Amino acid sequence: MTSLATDPARAHAVRPRIVYRHSAVVRVTHWINALCFALLLMSGLQIFNAHPALYWGQASTFDRPFLSLGAEEDANGGVKGVTTVLGHSFNTTGILGASRDDDGEMAARGFPTWITIPSYQDLATGRRWHFFFAWILALNGLVYFGNLVTKRRMTRDFALSLAELRSIPHAIVEHARLRFPKGDAALHYNVLQKLAYLSVIIAFPVLVLAGLTMSPGVDSGFPWLLELFGGRQSARTIHFLLASYLVLFLLVHLVMVLVSGVFNNLRSMITGRYRIEEEKP
Amino acid sequence: MRRDVQPTRRRLLAALTAGAAFGLSGCDRLSQSPSWLSLLDSAEGLTRRAQRLLIGSRQALAPEYTEADISKVFKPNGSVDPDDPDYVTAKQENFANWRLAVDGLVEKPLSLSLAELRQLPARTQITRHDCVEGWSCIGKWTGTPLKELLDRAGLKPNARYIVFHCADTLEQTLDGTGRYYESIDLVDAFHPQTILAYDMNGASLPVEHGAPLRLRVERQLGYKMAKYVMRVEAREEFASLGRGRGGFWEDRGYEWYAGI
Repeated sequence: MTSLATDPARAHAVRPRIVYRHSAVVRVTHWINALCFALLLMSGLQIFNAHPALYWGQASTFDRPFLSLGAEEDANGGVKGVTTVLGHSFNTTGILGASRDDDGEMAARGFPTWITIPSYQDLATGRRWHFFFAWILALNGLVYFGNLVTKRRMTRDFALSLAELRSIPHAIVEHARLRFPKGDAALHYNVLQKLAYLSVIIAFPVLVLAGLTMSPGVDSGFPWLLELFGGRQSARTIHFLLASYLVLFLLVHLVMVLVSGVFNNLRSMITGRYRIEEEKP
Repeated sequence: MRRDVQPTRRRLLAALTAGAAFGLSGCDRLSQSPSWLSLLDSAEGLTRRAQRLLIGSRQALAPEYTEADISKVFKPNGSVDPDDPDYVTAKQENFANWRLAVDGLVEKPLSLSLAELRQLPARTQITRHDCVEGWSCIGKWTGTPLKELLDRAGLKPNARYIVFHCADTLEQTLDGTGRYYESIDLVDAFHPQTILAYDMNGASLPVEHGAPLRLRVERQLGYKMAKYVMRVEAREEFASLGRGRGGFWEDRGYEWYAGI
């Protein structure tokens, strides 16, 4: 029996290099953040469903929403879901505006049951979930950012050079062909990873601040938050848009995790160990 | 090695989908579990204490707006035209015989007509009304600061909460717990913007917004701001009222502290 290790020629060709990629703080905060984000997103959509419309400014301009997920009666007397964005309406029956409830009946509903917590309409319980996990997300975020600052990881992991910025088009093409950096280049985040992770590192705190701006209590102590976001209803809209951006990030993130070696990626975020594939000579 | 990857991915996706479905039904089960809900409730006390700590001065004012900001449409919510017999009678009399009671743990109970209330010091404020549902409207309110009434009645030392008993029944129940009521603590009761409003946007308070008198607690959400207020009661606790959580919506699962 010939094992890889005992065959000198092959061992040299494919022996993987295992590096320690993610510290314990990063791994633990990553998974807590992932859990919180999922629960906050779904309880947040439950809260959104209580008034499925968004506005700009301090107050609601009910006749001119920025976005609304409404329901109308269709020609057959049934319920039709209508999504309106900046005055343009789309029929989104079944998903947005109207979808099947837990009893299978088509009913007026912003987002469908399978993406809200609880699945049925219950604003009070949705708020309890949301604020509980918002606390955990915020405390978890403090640990993450504390680690980022004290370990000087911000500059080490995310600093972008001009050369890297110039290489963005090339990196996009390589990613699209599912060709990922190998060897020493894989020891660091590539330019697209840096940009994607940086955007999330910025989006999360802004999302939390926009959420806090919706609180009338917080607004009394920190009225500058209202100025920052252009009003309470604007803050609600920005909160929603940033959450939507994070969903987009999550989808791309999951696809990249799947196509660039799911086992290796998961292992690196659980045990910290990451296998570097060497460039073929 | 590469050949194994595809089935692994497919298995992983299947596992993720199954896990998500299991997680979702799990979330619904948890949402009905009293012990889980009481765990989630622990965030409410944390939020209240954190907000009071961070707001610093407990008298910090909610933002006030200008006449130009007043909403053209101010959405009425909850009861908009109570059919409780006493209220219907009072409304037909244009509230001429209506009186506000201030009682409970006070040295000197009060009974005030609308005209008497209007003679007390008043405060006018243009503020944003944030509904728990997510929308906001801006309105101008004029009324008697609650502090004026509490100072005149004189709180007894053991008074900790101010309860507002309302004229409207928002939900028909057999045990009478469908009658609207609300409660606030003394921090909010003595806040300068906490008023009992009898005017809205320069005219008498309309019935749909709580005529003849509604509470304004500007640092909390709309459901705290009881409409159709008939009686202001100082109490040591509210556990023996309604279903024990301090208000109509609180009894139905909403937070007692609605500053968020």
